[in-house]
Amino acid sequence: MNREALASLVLAAGLLVVPLIALGLDDPFIVTLATKVAILALAGAGLNLALGFGGLVSFGHAAFFGLGGYAASILASHALNYEPVFVWPFEISGTTSMPVIWLVAMVAGAIAAAAIGALSLRTGGVYFIMITLAFAQMIYYFAISWPAYGGEDGLSIYVRDSFPGLNTLDPLQFFLICYVVLMVALAFCFVLTRSRFGLALQAARQNATRLAAVGIEPFGIRLMAFAISGAITALAGALYADLNRFVSPAMLNWHTSGEIMVFVILGGVGRIFGPVAGAALYIVLEHNLGGLTEYWQLPLGLLLLAVVLYARGGILGLVSRQVRHG
Amino acid sequence: MTGALIAEQVLNGLQLGVMLFLMASGLTLVFGVMGLINLAHGSLYMVGAFACAAVAKATGSFWLGLAASLIGAAAAGALVEIAVIRRLYDRDHLDQVLATFALILVFSEATRWYFGSQPLYLSVPPLLAGPVMLPGGIEYPLYRLALIVAGLVVAAGLFVLIAKTRLGIRIRAGESDREMIAALGVDIAGLYTIVFALGAALAGLAGALVGTIQSVQVGMGEPVLILAFVVIVIGGIGSIKGALVGALLVGLTDTLGRFLLPIAFSSFMDASSATSVGSALASMAIYVLMAGVLVFRPSGLFGQAT
Amino acid sequence: MVEPVLSVIDLSKRFGALAASDHVNLDLMQGEIHALIGPNGAGKSTLINQITGAIRHDSGSIRFEGQEIGNLSVAERARLGLARTFQVSSLAPEFTVLQNVVLAVQAASGHVFRFFRPVLTDAWLVEPALGYLEQTGLKERSGVRTADLSHGEKRQLEIAVALALKPKAFLLDEPMAGMGPEGSKQLTGFLDGLRTEAPILLVEHDMDAVFSLADRISVLVYGRVIATGSVEEIRANEEVRRAYLGEEAA
Repeated sequence: MNREALASLVLAAGLLVVPLIALGLDDPFIVTLATKVAILALAGAGLNLALGFGGLVSFGHAAFFGLGGYAASILASHALNYEPVFVWPFEISGTTSMPVIWLVAMVAGAIAAAAIGALSLRTGGVYFIMITLAFAQMIYYFAISWPAYGGEDGLSIYVRDSFPGLNTLDPLQFFLICYVVLMVALAFCFVLTRSRFGLALQAARQNATRLAAVGIEPFGIRLMAFAISGAITALAGALYADLNRFVSPAMLNWHTSGEIMVFVILGGVGRIFGPVAGAALYIVLEHNLGGLTEYWQLPLGLLLLAVVLYARGGILGLVSRQVRHG
Repeated sequence: MTGALIAEQVLNGLQLGVMLFLMASGLTLVFGVMGLINLAHGSLYMVGAFACAAVAKATGSFWLGLAASLIGAAAAGALVEIAVIRRLYDRDHLDQVLATFALILVFSEATRWYFGSQPLYLSVPPLLAGPVMLPGGIEYPLYRLALIVAGLVVAAGLFVLIAKTRLGIRIRAGESDREMIAALGVDIAGLYTIVFALGAALAGLAGALVGTIQSVQVGMGEPVLILAFVVIVIGGIGSIKGALVGALLVGLTDTLGRFLLPIAFSSFMDASSATSVGSALASMAIYVLMAGVLVFRPSGLFGQAT
Repeated sequence: MVEPVLSVIDLSKRFGALAASDHVNLDLMQGEIHALIGPNGAGKSTLINQITGAIRHDSGSIRFEGQEIGNLSVAERARLGLARTFQVSSLAPEFTVLQNVVLAVQAASGHVFRFFRPVLTDAWLVEPALGYLEQTGLKERSGVRTADLSHGEKRQLEIAVALALKPKAFLLDEPMAGMGPEGSKQLTGFLDGLRTEAPILLVEHDMDAVFSLADRISVLVYGRVIATGSVEEIRANEEVRRAYLGEEAA
């Protein structure tokens, strides 16, 4: 087993064991932190598919994260007041069932990503970064100025959404839901990157000219990857809204896009467990530095600068001591 | 709705447009010459605004504050270029995005730590206070009019600088062929620092000028940065002319959209929902404009086709 | 009369004042190697790029197997059976040698949007890929990262990828570039046998290779085809000699 696989196993086990121990020590706050790590890692896993494997530097993934969050909150709030979300062209009524909410969130994320991708993938490089950022900001401003779902103030979920057979209000059970979803998503990414589609996607990153010369349109491959990526990040957004029982435009803000990107880079770009390592480190830093100083983003910024300038490859890159494989 | 009201909104749009040009021209210059995408450009805008506010408060003179914004932002720009940015020219865009995102965190937190979270306020200098009567009976704030004039003067100066001066020739040479200017014996590292500091000074100036009519606070730079990105995508990356046209288009679209859309919706909706629907859609107008440009000209109005 | 596999008809392309292709006519018949030669800057690579679709021509037409392909994308033309190699090797550098060929095999099979089955355990893809590597003498190197290959090995891999597309015509842009005399000789022998699989449009500077391989030669100078003919005809052509001597005198 290579070092990256070993490190991944340690991460997977650690994320499961830490909250169990914490619960034994009667420290439920750690369980909440671990839940947050799992959800943010899931958001990062979505971005990693586009950015790490497809080379698509999206600075707009907050859009999908936020859309997932709003999907969850809007469905839940309509379930509470018994008004359908809309009646035309078909009726959608509110729900508090997590699986349904997840499905809606993922479809919303995939559609938004396909629309943004169809426009932004017409160009490449630095245009792509700016355009994804701009469209995400458009959705952010829309959420602020559209009063129906709380506008600037956001929208609360009064009862945590339900999952058949589980008590989602129990922190451990909710954590386990998030953990399992994360592991399924990571397994999906692992399989995907080794499939025919994954091979073409990684070829698009390394050499799009070559990909076209063998007869595969890079545009279609990238668009599909971007849509899948948006769906996964939207799923994370739905879980995040449930964790906080609240959603606000802040989830859609450009700063969130930057943070999701930071998870991916800190952990290791294009490595399946990279976002888990990155999100865990981020939460640990936020928790510990944040306890020391309210200006904790200053050392975070310096650390990030040091990683970019001197430690390319992130945590898993350091651990596995090798250049990223294809 | 009167003609005077529309004229006033057009002027507001122009004012937003020229200020966006000050931001976008620096971004596009830095990208054109050094191939760098700089997210921290909004931080330099903030530095300019804070430098102006601090000096104006200490000395009582807005004009000294304005000078401080230029000098402070240029110095901050030069410092950051030498310490960090020049290590990024050979890196891919992802590294540039991350490193400059990290710089935003550092700039914002350092500013919050030094100045606190409360916004600062700048007041309009007495010379430019009060309204002015324009031909056609339009009453308009003198300061805003001065912003339009100042922005257009700086834009003209920038075009002259690039077209006529020795520095401009080197900048243009740097855009087309980096090895060439190195072969001609131009000090590239020095040129890059100057270009970056020039862009920073323009951003800082914009921050000070706009900070006077809004408020000076941490985080003020990023919304403007993102608008400047929209401007550059519309105009074409690397083109100063594109930045000017894009900035005016965005400024006018945004301002007139916010003014006209609620009015348009009120013709078939009740007033309060027309206002909310209209303003929600108006907030999206410039992005729709950007999407439209992308459909027909993926490399922007004045960009080189890739 | 036999229809050519590929025909370029009255093709023109200008970059500003420079005519990169000036009313070029060229065709490629079944079973032949048609060499395209000319001094540096004559527009050979630009012509190849117009045929593959990487550069759009201004006027004229490109027909492939009786079909106009001038409006198709690079990938669409490749799917019809136009396989090219690049003057400067253009492969996926982080992939292994095998992955690069498997990519081409799966592209030729037409099924790309498959998300679950791992490619490297799919015998339908790996077996043929290993076959093409064996044919080009790279089988032992199949597990090596492409970036770590020698220059000559990258040239061989370019050919293996082109083979894997099972094309109806090859466009080879200076396949010998940067190879030693021994490598060139081997490759010449290999290409000699390749013409039975599909005809080859060969851009090459190595005149020994061109004269030993080509059934026909076209000479491109300043974007214009100044002569097309058999090896003997081209050797005897006054205008060709002048163009080359002029090039050397300058």
